[in-house]
Amino acid sequence: MRVSLTVNGQRREDDIEPRTLLVHYLREVAGLTGTHVGCETSLCGACTVLMNGRAVKSCTTLAVQAEGAEITTVEGLARDGKFHPVQEGFWEEHGLQCGYCTPGMIMMATDLLSRNPDPSEAEIRAALEGNLCRCTGYQHIVNAVRYAANKMRAAKGA
Amino acid sequence: MPVIPKFVGERIKRREDPRLVSGTGTYVDDVKLVGMVSAMILRSPYPHAKIISIDVGKARAADGVVAVLTGEDLRGKIGSVPCVAPAERVPFHPVLALGKVRFVGEPVAVVVASNPYKAQDALDLLDVDYDPLDAVVDPEKAFDKDAPVIHEEFGTNLCMRSEVPNPQVDEAMRKADKVIKFRLVNQRLAPAPMEPRGVVAQWHPGLKQLTLWSSTQIPHLLRSQLAEMLKLGENHIRVIAPEVGGGFGCKLNVYPEEALVAYLAMTLNRPVKWIERRRENLAATTHGRDQITYLEVAAKKDGEVLGVKASFVCDMGAYLHLLTPAIPGFSGLMMTGCYKIPALAFEQKFAFTNKMSTDAYRGAGRPEAAYIAERVMDMVASEFGLDPADVRRKNFIPKEAFPAPTAGGLVYDSGDYNLALDKALAMVEYKKMRAEQEAARKQGRLIGIGISSYVEICGIGPSALLPPKLKGGGWESATVRIEPDSKVTVLTGISPHGQGQETTFAQLVADAFGIDIDDVVVVHGDTAQVQYGIGTFGSRGTTVGGPALMLTVQKLQDKMKKIASTMMEVPPDQLIFTERTIAMASDPSRSIPLQQVVDAAYGYKMPIPGVEPGLEEKTFYEPSACTFPFGTHVAVVEVDPETGVVKFLKYVAVDDCGKIISPLLVDGQVHGGIAQGIAQALYEEVVYDENGQLVTASLMDYAVPKADMLPHFDCANTITPSPVNMLGVKGVGEAGTIGSTPCAVNAVLDALKPFGIRHLDMPLKPEKIWNALRNAKKA
Ligand code: FES
Ligand code: FES
Repeated sequence: MRVSLTVNGQRREDDIEPRTLLVHYLREVAGLTGTHVGCETSLCGACTVLMNGRAVKSCTTLAVQAEGAEITTVEGLARDGKFHPVQEGFWEEHGLQCGYCTPGMIMMATDLLSRNPDPSEAEIRAALEGNLCRCTGYQHIVNAVRYAANKMRAAKGA
Repeated sequence: MPVIPKFVGERIKRREDPRLVSGTGTYVDDVKLVGMVSAMILRSPYPHAKIISIDVGKARAADGVVAVLTGEDLRGKIGSVPCVAPAERVPFHPVLALGKVRFVGEPVAVVVASNPYKAQDALDLLDVDYDPLDAVVDPEKAFDKDAPVIHEEFGTNLCMRSEVPNPQVDEAMRKADKVIKFRLVNQRLAPAPMEPRGVVAQWHPGLKQLTLWSSTQIPHLLRSQLAEMLKLGENHIRVIAPEVGGGFGCKLNVYPEEALVAYLAMTLNRPVKWIERRRENLAATTHGRDQITYLEVAAKKDGEVLGVKASFVCDMGAYLHLLTPAIPGFSGLMMTGCYKIPALAFEQKFAFTNKMSTDAYRGAGRPEAAYIAERVMDMVASEFGLDPADVRRKNFIPKEAFPAPTAGGLVYDSGDYNLALDKALAMVEYKKMRAEQEAARKQGRLIGIGISSYVEICGIGPSALLPPKLKGGGWESATVRIEPDSKVTVLTGISPHGQGQETTFAQLVADAFGIDIDDVVVVHGDTAQVQYGIGTFGSRGTTVGGPALMLTVQKLQDKMKKIASTMMEVPPDQLIFTERTIAMASDPSRSIPLQQVVDAAYGYKMPIPGVEPGLEEKTFYEPSACTFPFGTHVAVVEVDPETGVVKFLKYVAVDDCGKIISPLLVDGQVHGGIAQGIAQALYEEVVYDENGQLVTASLMDYAVPKADMLPHFDCANTITPSPVNMLGVKGVGEAGTIGSTPCAVNAVLDALKPFGIRHLDMPLKPEKIWNALRNAKKA
């Protein structure tokens, strides 16, 4: 079966089995292994990507459901060799340890900031409720998102 | 030339992160090899059953299937999954079940197919005929006369009994104003790293070389054990621990799948990948804790604890994994915590049950010990109506007493327990909080304040502390090489997987040589690159790996000073490393660029007697003793009497891990640890039903905490250097987990105190609290 979609700004057409999950399509067909699998059941968020700008769990989305869609993965966030403010925030604030949850967290946070440019700590924690991290205890992730929010608002204001 | 800053002690951003925030790290599942096939494992749905037959016909014939193997196919081909810790009864632990299954999730057969989808299809075609047997679920019933026997050859489910007697305990009981008796449960937990396990194996038939990528914490120890299981020379195996997505002890092990996937690659002559799914991870990756302790505490009215007697039942699970029977010993030895309790006696019974094996999980035996010690302190306080902070002060080992021998036979290196307690109480505004608690109680609000003053044992070494069969001791190794362009390569024997030593070690090396942190690369986790090494477990990474590194740095410095001294005509002991030069300490303007010394060493145009060419040194460092980090955590919680839900109002952590190299990373370790400790207190529990079925087989049922289930942590440190090592460090990887569990439990129980509720077992879920409140109100 044929799917055509845009991944990180590049149009692609591929022949796939209809049952192929979006996460496997991205990892195995498109070769983008930044998106991780932690549970295959929509519970951990490691596989979060943006579909048409909104966060989705790619482990429970079929690749064919992304027909015609724009997908952004963690590999597609940096611009001109510079990290996206959310990536920068995670680095700056020690928002990761083993890094396995990180791509999903970053995509979820990117989605949050596009809806709410100035989230409170409680709003950030609530927005990340579908993304598990076993290493950080979340506090530095909250700081990372706050860092990105400030940076993005400052850039807009400037 | 810009001045090169100092790095040790500064807030340094991690050098691991750029690759990880951009999705360019390589975890096991990211390894792709030409011709690679996928393995999937059929697992037992029964806790205890005879295997009557396995029909593999349909699966073998299925599309894309390369191989199907069962336990019988492997008989005599792969050795037992190893347990290196001593035990009276160590069962054979097959890679695929032989004749019988003994826990839900035990591997029964493996299918190899061209891709995971096809492997899954074929798995569904396997037909196994089982004859179910009664299961042993409750470890306390494992020794009953009529209990089913899990390993027939032993005729009993008793794996081992150990005893540390002490006649003085009975004396203490006689002298006590009161002997307080109670039972504590450290429930079974799942480490649940976000990256499940995974293995890729490749066989090079010409070289007879096996390359194995595994999501492991111990590449070298794994190599040694695999060599034995597969009967291959260690020099024919290369183990690579690439990016590892969290371990927490459960990847400090050797698993059936590691040997199995290696065997498949060797016999099929194709690269094979196996990636664990979350269901498998929760069922068949080692669990932690699972100890029941009966306590008798001899105490005086003024809060002084004279002695503790304990009897443990420890659940081993069905088989023994790498260190399964070694874990509870730490709980016994560390049970007196920060306290000068003079007499300790304990007995431990280790039970086989029809469950997954237990083994190390963050803290490994010490969280259980801290939970016991800190519940003891609170029990004593509430028995005699004393303030829990005062009871702790009364019993603390005073700071003058260090190095302090303990009732458990250990010697604590250094400590100032009052300092950490005082600081934590000040941060939480203890007096004020107690007053607020009083006022709130009058309004019917349930506020609780919990204290936990913990001490733990870290930097596990010297070697005598580790079992001989581990094929590695309590030492750690490092190689440091200055390359011809004066960049520095560090090879460390520890294999970090999130702890951040690529950063910490680069900080140390950069400062030592007066170079930039970007000039240093830290290599780890590859047995073909790194000399033998042990691992990060037991918070050894910086505590044992750090001194190994710095001793090596010193050897290199000595050599370079010798060379520079000849070139500069200055005695070597007057030279220092600064600003990419070697300079005279008394007059840094007299200096020589580092690069010139490096050129001299590699070009060797000017031989110096007694100095070999090249710049590489190595150390295998054997620590003289363990370190004992400590601290005090204080939590303020509010329990909703209508729902039983616990809300944190404050969480304060004061941790003393000795000298601090990387404060940002220390905070990160503490946060993550507290999260896991609070999770044990309030949320997590591996549940097997009364028939032995695993109930918590998904992240829906196993409650790894989410961001909104955890509070903001207010962290600080006191600094009491360890005299044990040259860096003065004590280790911090497990501290948070150890301090936080009793802290949270004590806080909740303090909130429930007006209802006469003395104790509740973890996890303190809302329904448990709600029920306890309802029963108390009725009474
Ligand atoms: S892998 Fe998709 S939510 Fe866990
Ligand atoms: S950084 Fe390891 S799971 Fe989040």
